[in-house]
Amino acid sequence: MENPEKPQRFLTAAAAGLAGCRACGTANPGDARACTCCGSPLAAAGPASLQRVWAWLAAGLIAYVPANVYPMLRTTTFGRSSENTLIGGIAELFSHGSYGVALIVFFASIVIPVAKFLAIAYLAVSVRRPAALGSHGRLVLYEVVEFIGRWSMIDVFVVAILTALVQLDFAAAIAPGMAAVSFAISVAFTMLAAQSFDPRLIWNAESENLNDHA
Amino acid sequence: MHTDQLIACPTCDVLNRDQDVKPHTVARCARCGTVLAAPKSGAMTQIAMLSLTALVLLAAAAGFPFLELRAQGLSHQASVLDAVLAFSRGPMAPLSLATGLLIVLLPAARYSALIYTLAPMALGWRPAPHAAAAYRWAERLKPWAMAEIFIIGVAVALVKVSGLARVGLGPAFWAFAALLVVTILTDNAICRLTVWKTLKSRSAS
Repeated sequence: MENPEKPQRFLTAAAAGLAGCRACGTANPGDARACTCCGSPLAAAGPASLQRVWAWLAAGLIAYVPANVYPMLRTTTFGRSSENTLIGGIAELFSHGSYGVALIVFFASIVIPVAKFLAIAYLAVSVRRPAALGSHGRLVLYEVVEFIGRWSMIDVFVVAILTALVQLDFAAAIAPGMAAVSFAISVAFTMLAAQSFDPRLIWNAESENLNDHA
Repeated sequence: MHTDQLIACPTCDVLNRDQDVKPHTVARCARCGTVLAAPKSGAMTQIAMLSLTALVLLAAAAGFPFLELRAQGLSHQASVLDAVLAFSRGPMAPLSLATGLLIVLLPAARYSALIYTLAPMALGWRPAPHAAAAYRWAERLKPWAMAEIFIIGVAVALVKVSGLARVGLGPAFWAFAALLVVTILTDNAICRLTVWKTLKSRSAS
């Protein structure tokens, strides 16, 4: 049944029997495996890409647990050794009065990773069922996640620099902890999860819903 | 209509008609608003030059002294290589490799690929062999080239140790700081679909 009030104004490449390239925008013949212009592999936006998203996301979430439990830094001052976890490091910065930096690190290592897990999960769920957030809203969310995800790597670099710099023999020395590795892995996996998400799915769901209502 | 005259939006797959876009105007997808074309006069030259600048800065950052720590008569110098090798002892060694890739090697690879693809086009020549593959890799490497994130990490680390000791900043620090600016300028100048379109039309002619 046709809906005269809400006609489907937009024709997608997939609906036209073509394969759109996500790298360069070329409309390829529907049976093409690789883009004729840039050579990127072509894949229809389907459930396979969602499976990859969930797999990377789960791996990132698992790696995030030891990142919080194990020490990030091991500081030795005059023979006394102390270990700092992620949260402990932020608390210490805060108690020293460097609120600005404490806030940056808090955002980069706690708020952004957690928000990213939630946002990617929400995006992946929302393509299957009607979502509260409209397509444009979810596209903005996807773009924010893609843009901001890599900035979580700050923490790993801070550990690397502190370890390289603070090597004053007996007076003070810093060594990295296991959490640095798991944190780096967690950030990399969530970046891969965001990259595996195909934004075309956001709009596919919309046109399917339109068809359902029609 | 031939498919050459269509652009499939990379974000939402809607077919848009490929029209000639005047310099300094922006063409957007009719449904999702993704930028489809943003031609700027001299953009190719600009990107190629910025990429060259970035490569020089990266080389300087890797070679010159980076940071120096002084406290209670003791001092310790650290280069960018020391920061990369921070994890090299024990089971964390793979992280050292990853750090080296993220802050020096992948940015260098990305900028080299950009120069390889765009410099011939800036000069009005035909694209170099395998230019499409090189540019595809430059785009794929983009999220993993983290030189600009590294310098923010340096800033955070400096605040952390500033209470403990005096820190001297070497030329490599300023090279990285300049790299942050150059990276932002480069990323703003690149319009992916416009580069592909230029590559396509130059290869055909």
